[in-house]
Amino acid sequence: MTPPLLEIDNLHTFFYTDNGVARSVDGVSLHVDAGETVGVVGESGCGKSVTALSILRLIRPPGRIEAGSAIRFEGKDLLTLDDKAIRQVRGNRIAMVFQEPMTALNPVFTVGDQIAEVARIHAGMSKRDAMAKAIEMLRLVGIPAPEQRAYEYPHQLSGGMRQRVVIAMALVMNPALVIADEPTTALDVTIQAQILELLADLTRRLGTSILLITHDLGVVAENCSRVVVMYAGEVVEEATTPDLFAHPHHPYTEGLLGAMPKVGGTAERLATIPGTVPPPTVWPAGCRFRERCAYAWDRCATEHPPLYQIAEGHVSRCHLAAEPERRAHPHQPIAAQPGVTAA
Amino acid sequence: MTLLSVRDLTKHFPIKRGIFGQVSGQVRAVDGVSFDVAAGETLALVGESGCGKSTTGRAVLRLIEPTSGSVQFDGNDVLSLGAGDLRRLRRKMQIVFQDPFSSLNPRMSIGAIVREGLTIHGLAEGAAADARVNQLLEEVGLRPEYASRSPHEFSGGQRQRVGIARALSVEPTFIVCDEPVSALDVSVQAQVVNLLQDLQRDRGLAYLFIAHDLSVVEHIANRVAVMYLGHIVELAAVDDLYGTPIMPYTQALLSAVPAPDPGVKRERILLAGDVPSPANPPSGCVFHPRCQHPARDAACATIVPPLEEKAPGHWAACIKQPPTTVSWEAQKEAGGTNPPDFFLPRAALHRSVDATTAH
Repeated sequence: MTPPLLEIDNLHTFFYTDNGVARSVDGVSLHVDAGETVGVVGESGCGKSVTALSILRLIRPPGRIEAGSAIRFEGKDLLTLDDKAIRQVRGNRIAMVFQEPMTALNPVFTVGDQIAEVARIHAGMSKRDAMAKAIEMLRLVGIPAPEQRAYEYPHQLSGGMRQRVVIAMALVMNPALVIADEPTTALDVTIQAQILELLADLTRRLGTSILLITHDLGVVAENCSRVVVMYAGEVVEEATTPDLFAHPHHPYTEGLLGAMPKVGGTAERLATIPGTVPPPTVWPAGCRFRERCAYAWDRCATEHPPLYQIAEGHVSRCHLAAEPERRAHPHQPIAAQPGVTAA
Repeated sequence: MTLLSVRDLTKHFPIKRGIFGQVSGQVRAVDGVSFDVAAGETLALVGESGCGKSTTGRAVLRLIEPTSGSVQFDGNDVLSLGAGDLRRLRRKMQIVFQDPFSSLNPRMSIGAIVREGLTIHGLAEGAAADARVNQLLEEVGLRPEYASRSPHEFSGGQRQRVGIARALSVEPTFIVCDEPVSALDVSVQAQVVNLLQDLQRDRGLAYLFIAHDLSVVEHIANRVAVMYLGHIVELAAVDDLYGTPIMPYTQALLSAVPAPDPGVKRERILLAGDVPSPANPPSGCVFHPRCQHPARDAACATIVPPLEEKAPGHWAACIKQPPTTVSWEAQKEAGGTNPPDFFLPRAALHRSVDATTAH
């Protein structure tokens, strides 16, 4: 068996703040195979973006990747590389697409210059060749009249066009992996559809793997072959996309799916998850989802659940895997009981 | 009973150039919008950024002064009211803003924020006001003990509850909800949507619900108006709009929503290009440069389509979709080549979804 393209092994990324140590990523393991699109979903503060930034070592103090973490990519541990070697990986083998295309681009350079810069730095191209490459990349991502657009500034382009530019920049060196952190969250649905179609098309044509970080389960359902659900700094469930949507195991995944209104759905009321995510400085002992869970029992208060194997390729961090009969007896979650404020 | 009636509402923002601020053009943010909201109903305004939905919501309340048009609310002509009368009327029409972080004064306690409306409108003072504030906080699911805390101590969902309590404090009959859940996480969003529905049921509130998230809108709305470049292009009951959308734009918009079900593979209508600038909107039908209607022709670029009732209660603005009041003679004169009997079949998005999930 060939090793996965990217393998995150027991990643801990902590932030040493005035309010204590925020354990934003607390023992995350996941992998991406070659040519695969993997989704990471979760709500704000679950650690999905910090995980993405950790891969490229873009964590700044007071943040720190703790000892014992490993991120293996193409046979190297990215966490042990020196600064020069990690720069060879960034933008070259692994590229990143950020959420907000306005802030990801430099407003005082033309978009052509910014794409060409990648080619000049990483491939040592001449100015002229790099500009030709930039125009070719703009054409690849479907920007009309790329010869003119290359000489325009980011503010002259619409949000969807800017996101195409950011994707063009990411693809210059034909990376093996693109990390897309909420690439369509700032865009309208019709533009989102265009961008997701573009990403899917590029993976088909170039064989690029994508780690897609999002809070939108709809985006995951349509674009990813496998899903990793994160909650409170941990992976709580992982499965193939059809399996996760058809048979969610973790009560948090169940809650997320129920809370989404569905086009064509007829439910009178939306299912909700009471309460809020606890702050990362004080993760609760035992199961971190316990107070918001309708199945929690005494075991959940004391014993931190491991990732149980549910089925082939399907894991879940919930004691229900060991005591499935408890699923028949849901109760009022602690966070929803009188006297406890809802979110 | 019609509570709010908006007719031909327009808001043009001047584009100023140079040091003397000469007006060199107009951004036609809202360009002739008409709709009614009945007591106790939810009318949703949907559309992409820059379509004018938020401007419409604010112009109805005169938080932005409209350029022209008329707004009737509960027998009052809102646009002709003086400052004092307007303030009194605002008791009945309130707004909940999108961003729960910037819409609450960080220097005030949440109790003071909720209480402010009671004081301004002379509704309650002293201990009575305190009791009312506590009751309001409880009603939106916050502990009364929290009244003395500042907004920064609360999460996004809790702050949005404070914004709702503030709107409710003066006992309105109508609330403009301007993207009230867009800034919230899915699970918290569901809590706030349920709260808004409970309040509507208990108090008979009418909502103008402005949103870009089509799945939330389908869940909460009774009727939906789709806006594009300052115009309402389609308006219908929620089931009709989602089940059988008429306008090619609505069809594309609905087909673009990612379905949270990997079994569903919907035929996606990809629109080419971007929304044009409202400072320089296309002539005729504003959607015609991106339209995929099979009968689209030169007449679409010339004739401004009226918003017509194409089926009972289902309004759409398209001259190629019969029945239309724009005669074939008028279309021919404008360069039309396709008589309006060759029309786009009304899409049935829901049925295709149901068919695939049934397997």
